[in-house]
Amino acid sequence: MAEPVLNIESDPPDQLRTTPLDALHRSLGARMVPFAGYGMPVQYGPGVMAEHLHCRSKAALFDVSHMGQFSLHGPGAAAALERMVPGDIQALKPGRQRYTLLLNEIGGIFDDLMIANYGDRLVIVVNAGRKEADSHRMAEMLHGAADFEQYPERALLALQGPAAAGVMAALCPAAVALPFMGVVEAAVDGIPAWISRSGYTGEDGFEISVPGEQATALAERLLAHPDVLPAGLGARDSLRLEAGLCLYGPDIDELTTPVEANLAWAIGKRRRAEGGFPGDTVIRDQLQHGPARLRVGLQPEGRAPARALTPVLAEDGTAAGDITSGGFSPTLGTPIAMGYVRRDLTATGTALGLLVRGNALPARVAPLPFVPHRYVKA
Amino acid sequence: MPETRFTKDHEWVRLDGDIATVGITDHAQEALGDIVFVELPQPGRDLAQGEACAVVESVKAASDVYAPVAGHVTETNEAVVDDPGLVNKAATGDAWFYRMRVADPGTLDALMDDAAYRALLETL
Repeated sequence: MAEPVLNIESDPPDQLRTTPLDALHRSLGARMVPFAGYGMPVQYGPGVMAEHLHCRSKAALFDVSHMGQFSLHGPGAAAALERMVPGDIQALKPGRQRYTLLLNEIGGIFDDLMIANYGDRLVIVVNAGRKEADSHRMAEMLHGAADFEQYPERALLALQGPAAAGVMAALCPAAVALPFMGVVEAAVDGIPAWISRSGYTGEDGFEISVPGEQATALAERLLAHPDVLPAGLGARDSLRLEAGLCLYGPDIDELTTPVEANLAWAIGKRRRAEGGFPGDTVIRDQLQHGPARLRVGLQPEGRAPARALTPVLAEDGTAAGDITSGGFSPTLGTPIAMGYVRRDLTATGTALGLLVRGNALPARVAPLPFVPHRYVKA
Repeated sequence: MPETRFTKDHEWVRLDGDIATVGITDHAQEALGDIVFVELPQPGRDLAQGEACAVVESVKAASDVYAPVAGHVTETNEAVVDDPGLVNKAATGDAWFYRMRVADPGTLDALMDDAAYRALLETL
């Protein structure tokens, strides 16, 4: 057996940061691993497969407190943000959230993030591994146009799955009334929270931000419901891959543009016309003429998973691209992957080879998501 | 009952005459989690000691499996290819990976016995 056994075995070293739920994870039998500078649960006793399937059938609770939570206050906040992202933030109504992208000067993705309008402020949630870089970039680009605040003491819990709304019904009726991508500030079982109807699994669900010292009480309350099981980063990754959602780092980074990443839908219509975001020249050119490569789903025809960094070949044996995320789909019982391929090879059904251990394994371009989203209907 | 020997890479090997049966240990399957894919060496292949000859994949990751001793692959266990989850249920029994004719049965003596392997697991 090779190294991964040893790697996933070791407890994180002491210098890792912990979330407010650290003691709860350990008491629940989590296997802790280092992730983005934090000790995080990769799985609990039942394992990745069972946690994944439970999220698709009932509800799973994830600790995502390692993610960065920021806010912008002041009348200039939306306009100031638009100098950094291609989303239409000025049109974002109170009570609504939007997915957008922090861009660099060449149109590369500095981070992907959620921005929510809570009426008196914009609340921003960013990736754990990018939060320091993001906060520096935002503070620098704001030039004092809005008040920028960070919430390192807050926890963030994600309750995901078809039973999530039923679980929340008794604890927070205001949350259950939210549409997909709606947000509300409300108490959950008496705990003041910022709640969004969103997630990273393709299921209906909620992301709930609470003061760190009240996070364990909330998690225990949610876990007391018979439909809810805790789930770790392992299931979070396989769920988001089935849902066709990008992981920052492997799937998108500073050298991929939103157009290449098939995230052009996140560029507002007004913003396409007006520009005024970093890299707008590159991105508008790609929108007009098409990118040289595009992120697509890849369905291996055999049973062998093809992981990130696997080379993708055209039928004639020439280089076609690379896999950026790949693994096994517990829902479908087959391997699945996504990656970037040459634009002439992106049509659904295109036959490609995945170079795994020296063999070109047959695969086809597949539509994303692999498992249909089941967000709450408006 | 022939004695089982172990490698530091968490393979087990059991000798019967000059035929060795090889698999991964219970510790290995536990650490990997839900196993979803197993690839085994072709019968007839000659393996050097320590050569990567099989692959086992969980939902999370892929791991190589190494030949514990040198030999000639005589048989593979298609049951684990057809049902990789069997490895999680019976790693040291029904979920053996392959059998090989061992080049030099004496090389097994250098591998860990049960007590030594347990001691190694204590240090992890």
